[in-house]
Amino acid sequence: MCRLALKSSDTPFSPYEVLLAMEAMQEGYDGSGLGLLMRGVQFADFKYERGKQVILSGIAHTEEALHRLNGLMESRGFEQKYDHEFTVHPEMIEAADRFKYIVRVYKKPENMTEVEIEDYLMHTRLFLRRDGEEHGGDLTVFSFWSDVVMIKEVGWPLAIGDALSLDDNRITARVVMAQGRQNTNYGINLYACHPFFIQGISTMTNGENTAFVPIKEWLEGKKIPGYTGYQSDSEVFTHILHYVTRRLKLPLQAYKHVITPLKNEELDVHPQGDFLKGLRIACRRLIIDGPNAVIGTLPDETSMLVMDAKKMRPATVGGKPGTWAIASEMCGVRALVPDRDPAFDFQPMREHTVIIPPDRKELLIWTQFDPFTLPQAA
Amino acid sequence: MDSVRSVYTTPSSLTYSDLPWIIQHREDRCTLCGRCTSVCPVNAIYLTYRRQRVPKLDVLKKKRGNEYRHFVGIRQHTSIAKKCIGCGMCSSVCPNEAIGPVPNTNEHRTVFHQNQKGEAWKRGGRRNKTGATILDRIAFDRISMLTDPALDAGRHEFNLNTILGRVLPPEEYLRRKAAGEWIPPTREIFPFIIGSMSFGALSPNMWLGLLQGVAYCNEVLGIPVVMATGEGGCPPWVLKSPFLKYIILQIASGYFGWDEIIRAIPEMQCDPAAIEIKYGQGAKPGDGGLLMWFKVSKLIARLRGVPEGVDLPSPPVHQTLYSIEESVMKMIQTLSMAYSFRVPVYPKISGSTSAKSVLNNLVRNPYAGGMLIDGIDGGTGAAYNVSMDATGHPIASNLRECYLDLVAQGRQNEIPLFAAGGIGKNGNVTQNGMALIMLGASGVHMGKYIMQACAGCLGNEKGRCNVCNVGICPKGITSQNPKLFRRLDPDDVAQRVAETFMAIRTEMKKIMAPLGRSQSLPIGMSDALGIDDSDVAERLKIKYIC
Ligand code: SF4
Ligand code: SF4
Repeated sequence: MCRLALKSSDTPFSPYEVLLAMEAMQEGYDGSGLGLLMRGVQFADFKYERGKQVILSGIAHTEEALHRLNGLMESRGFEQKYDHEFTVHPEMIEAADRFKYIVRVYKKPENMTEVEIEDYLMHTRLFLRRDGEEHGGDLTVFSFWSDVVMIKEVGWPLAIGDALSLDDNRITARVVMAQGRQNTNYGINLYACHPFFIQGISTMTNGENTAFVPIKEWLEGKKIPGYTGYQSDSEVFTHILHYVTRRLKLPLQAYKHVITPLKNEELDVHPQGDFLKGLRIACRRLIIDGPNAVIGTLPDETSMLVMDAKKMRPATVGGKPGTWAIASEMCGVRALVPDRDPAFDFQPMREHTVIIPPDRKELLIWTQFDPFTLPQAA
Repeated sequence: MDSVRSVYTTPSSLTYSDLPWIIQHREDRCTLCGRCTSVCPVNAIYLTYRRQRVPKLDVLKKKRGNEYRHFVGIRQHTSIAKKCIGCGMCSSVCPNEAIGPVPNTNEHRTVFHQNQKGEAWKRGGRRNKTGATILDRIAFDRISMLTDPALDAGRHEFNLNTILGRVLPPEEYLRRKAAGEWIPPTREIFPFIIGSMSFGALSPNMWLGLLQGVAYCNEVLGIPVVMATGEGGCPPWVLKSPFLKYIILQIASGYFGWDEIIRAIPEMQCDPAAIEIKYGQGAKPGDGGLLMWFKVSKLIARLRGVPEGVDLPSPPVHQTLYSIEESVMKMIQTLSMAYSFRVPVYPKISGSTSAKSVLNNLVRNPYAGGMLIDGIDGGTGAAYNVSMDATGHPIASNLRECYLDLVAQGRQNEIPLFAAGGIGKNGNVTQNGMALIMLGASGVHMGKYIMQACAGCLGNEKGRCNVCNVGICPKGITSQNPKLFRRLDPDDVAQRVAETFMAIRTEMKKIMAPLGRSQSLPIGMSDALGIDDSDVAERLKIKYIC
């Protein structure tokens, strides 16, 4: 089982804090890896400008791959602004083929609309990923987006943090998501490690998605660029969130209605029942199954948490104005925000979507039984 | 003593041991009540007096002579027309267990003579192929165990229903909803459907029992079962009743019964569940429906608008159509229009290598509400033996191919595929149906299984009974003769329908729970399937397990 931790704070903090929280939750997980995503990033050695620059995260497994990457990025017109050098202790890393951990800042492309840029960034990420796959997997790319840094590695999470000196405060962030396991159910593949990322949207999940194959086949059939990979059954949660919010342009609340729709008798009395029944039919292939807690973050630093329709997984959210945490275990929340009032901790039930808005003033707890505002008349 | 030369024999002369079923009669038990002879649907047996000569020699008196013993016994006819069909009714009515049919384990001769007077063999029933089907051999092997807590089939809540009707892609749904445009009608139904069996093929009591059972499932048990009429319409009292919503009305190439239906539209209290346009069926692909004259009673003649006692063969194709494009356009659209676009309309075709081209036409038709493929193991009220046994395509690979075709186009959510033909053939109805669902079907239609489970049909794949075509059904299921159908109490049928669907519902949960599925029907969950045959596994794109 995976342990998940997310912290969102007005003041940037070290990702190492989240790794320590994972340590608090260590009992129930195998600690076979780490997936880390940071937003609201600040580098100690470089002044990052969110509106003007984008960040590439990944691993060059060989020197040759790194050279190829340099060439490819140049040929695609990206001007490098900063190359973050981790202080690495290679002896603490299990894997041997880690030539360089890449966190690089590039100038955002010009003469393109915002939508074109977003597509170009994704296509570049997919292009680099394919290139790595064609070269025996010597290049792994996790994200290429503005203000997002991702690290994925095999091993005990805290040990990876030590190996990359994540406690040195050279990278801090306002939102950090961490997940502590490689997908050990199947062969280990860095791409199979949560959180997953597509066009600024990221989720990580605790549990198994038993409806994976039909959902994956449906998403692949959509032929939407980026709906590929699926080394893990949880990757579809990210793509569904992307599909609902970016493709269907529905509000975040609709995500819950798509993945875990309400029952007939509940929709019969719902103010938007007619619309939601239709949505449930149209999106019925996206109904998830199995025990799941899905934690996600959006480009505007919104964080959210939803449960499966039977609430078969635990997850707690807690905190105080300015700093909030979501974790799969209560002790994780305690470790992340020790000075909160635990009486206000909240464990969402099957109908809830918990949202930590970008202003982090208060937690929004929205239930599926309540109406939400739709952009169009519905 | 007769001389050998005078023994009369013809090419079709058979003896009882040449027949598929041999009657064993125990004279020591027989009370001569005569029940067996009167119940036998084909007059295969008769009561007869016999004389046995016992030669007698009295040596002391030097006298020679004979004594004669007389006895009464049951004998079996050996003509093709009166051959025993193995139904076993005689045994079931015998008070002393004195009589019963025994299958002939040797080859039997009748197959060579089932063409008397140049008439090719017609019968009812099913494809006479025995043994486990491909569906029977599929195992659900992806068990959520330690990776995650398993579900509890007894206590957790399961969503078992499926959607019948055209489903829009989400983008298009949102656009139309915002613009207030037409959204195609859909129905949420139980994925096990009572397949089309016509009012005409079935007796009035059978039909009534099924409908009562279906209504009970819907209104009391909360299982939204629907049933399809075959060709031949629907009794007017049903058309005008609130039960019409549980009925899929079929229109086929003979258009029998549609006068009544169209006339009843203004008085209908509700819409039917759907309209099924039959282009073909699994038991006799390329052949129209057939109701033989024996069964065209006064009531049936009235419903169908034909004279009494004539054969009613439907043409193999819809006469108004000459191309698939046209059929898709014209018929689906016209029938949608008849109900103001409020009722899903879908075609039923026979399993065939051409199924994919039909499907691709449907995908482009905005009014098509699904597609039903009926495989070679489908049953029928009447057909030529050769059609039933040798014509058609098995359902598993046909369905799978069509589903994967939709997957490749990203349209698998839009046109629900339904599968039929041999579901529950060997009794494993839920397992067969769920295997097809995981191969990509949105639901399954079953006919023979319902007749067997809910009405006690005696037919099987070893040629037992299967005389549904000639109106002599010994159980009263497929006869229009009141003397026969009054044997079937509609209330009993209704009760069996309810029991059957309750059990299917439980078994569905027992299959879904270990797979970790409860929120939606696992349509296309092929990762849960395995079979012990690598060729089949490859063809169906599922796992090979052994
Ligand atoms: S088994 Fe059926 S057909 Fe054969 S003798 Fe008995 S009643 Fe007649
Ligand atoms: S019992 Fe009736 S329905 Fe069943 S096979 Fe015999 S004739 Fe046909």
